[in-house]
Amino acid sequence: MAKTDFEIPKLEHPVKIPAIMEGASSHLSIHPANEQMKTKLGFPEKRVDNWQETAIAKLGELKDKYRSLKIFLDVCVKCGSCADKCHYFLGTGDPNNMPVARQELMRKVYRKNFTIGGKLFGSLARAEDLTEEVLKEWVTYFHQCSQCRRCSVFCPFGIDTAEITMAAREIMDSIGVGHKYSLEIIGKVHDTGNNLGIPKPALTSTLEFLEEDVKETTGADVKFPLDVEGAEVLMVVPSADFFSSPHVDSLVGYAKVFHAAGVSFTFSSHASEFANFGMFVGNYAQMQKIAGRIVQAAHDLKVKRIVVGECGHAWRVAYSFWNTLVGPFDFLDQAHPAPQHICEFTNGLIKRGALKLDKSANDEFTVTFHDSCNVARASRMGDTPGGQFEIPREILKATCNKYVEMPEEVNRERTFCCGGGGGLLTDELMELRVKGAAPKAAALKEMMDEKGVNVMAMICAICKAQFTKVLPYYDIPMETVGGVHQFVSNAIQLGDK
Amino acid sequence: MAMVEMAGKQLDLDEDGYLTNLEQWDKQVADALAKTEGIEMSEAHWEVVNFLRDYYAEFKIAPMIRILTKEIGKKLGKEKGNTKYLYELYPGGPAKQACKIAGLPKPTGCV
Repeated sequence: MAKTDFEIPKLEHPVKIPAIMEGASSHLSIHPANEQMKTKLGFPEKRVDNWQETAIAKLGELKDKYRSLKIFLDVCVKCGSCADKCHYFLGTGDPNNMPVARQELMRKVYRKNFTIGGKLFGSLARAEDLTEEVLKEWVTYFHQCSQCRRCSVFCPFGIDTAEITMAAREIMDSIGVGHKYSLEIIGKVHDTGNNLGIPKPALTSTLEFLEEDVKETTGADVKFPLDVEGAEVLMVVPSADFFSSPHVDSLVGYAKVFHAAGVSFTFSSHASEFANFGMFVGNYAQMQKIAGRIVQAAHDLKVKRIVVGECGHAWRVAYSFWNTLVGPFDFLDQAHPAPQHICEFTNGLIKRGALKLDKSANDEFTVTFHDSCNVARASRMGDTPGGQFEIPREILKATCNKYVEMPEEVNRERTFCCGGGGGLLTDELMELRVKGAAPKAAALKEMMDEKGVNVMAMICAICKAQFTKVLPYYDIPMETVGGVHQFVSNAIQLGDK
Repeated sequence: MAMVEMAGKQLDLDEDGYLTNLEQWDKQVADALAKTEGIEMSEAHWEVVNFLRDYYAEFKIAPMIRILTKEIGKKLGKEKGNTKYLYELYPGGPAKQACKIAGLPKPTGCV
């Protein structure tokens, strides 16, 4: 763990509401995107001269295009229900991290330019121009929202701060003010097919390595095929699965499930990324272009089905947006959902008794489950309401003897963000990430101390990366973080197929 | 981006302190970069850096962590072929911190 120059919060569950500290996280800001990163995506290379006018025009365009955005800007009654629901507010105490205050950064500009009261009465109507100072607040605090939507669960009107943050980032990109982390990554997907920038020869070599590694450890010929035309399933995973730990353990789990089920599958070098950072920057065209690679690969490889790996925000994009972005999926086998989550796929096999599982292989673990925001609050899974909660839990219970639930105030739709979602998984925001992880880390710590939990499983690449980095700040070992299919991988009996 | 004088050279570093011109790397630069991270380069540290550079020369990307741990296990003994040992060497993470010292670009994405 790296040294820190900030105070690490004390873990307390249930989390205590901090005293308000004006400007407590105002110093945390992003690395700006460089000219090349911006022009590559069609954004202005530098902040445009008439940036205020351009930004207001963009806000006008977005509020007309997305009726939800206009409603969210109009209907807030300042009831305060959301005020203590954001992990970044709870971790930093900065009042601008209260969801209502974050929304207000855009709302005051909206009022000034688009409401009669705001135009006539200005600051009396809490309306304000988009000044240099306000833009600075936008850059800072719209990059301290992980678009996790926890606040919207508690808002009586269902106001979704994520949508406001996405609009703000879209407006900033349109005037030439962008975040390096997200824009650089989107550029890499266009160039190489994945966020990491893994070229095809490296991907081939990585998959060959895994075949040998699994052969060594299990004796089974589990395949990790790439670009195989005519495979039944196109498997699309977050590229972190090809690179990081514990991500790779789930990747091995997926391959073992396909092997055991006798279903042919292939990865694609053209679509070697499930993540879609177009959503984080609120850009429809980018989201569509990134998702389009997957459809292209499905056509080229002539697959019948698309199954996707453990990635939270990408599941939202796939489940909620793919159909309008890049659908229809009528060219695929209609007997299966398109797309289908790997957890649905695996759980279906488990329920049919098609997988042989030895739970005792996971007996060293007492497992709990972390609901990832975009799966929990922005999608569903399977064919029953709440499937996004139950399906991964059913898999864990089928593969582990010792499973423990998280406390209900941080569980299912009330889950806390890992602290690194929404395009904030970047080192310059480490202080924010550590502090924002505190509410969930506190609940985990309590489960460890009281219930003997030693692993928290999840189905999101960002959550996995974030928790392995920040939990050690709280003296929780990084090995506590696991993927759901890692436990499938441990328990599955491969036989002679 | 910034120009920084290090190991007797003017180095182009990005916002996170990674070399932007990979040609500028040499062993003295690696030592100097390691110092900025609070790391004294030992033989084991060099094993990691050398493997990262060899892999990068072939594939234009850093290797999967699992590949790196297995390689280190082969070179330094099986008990050292794990993520934990790599984090002991490079507390900032074998991917990010070791890549920085090896003069490789910072891995991007959900890592």
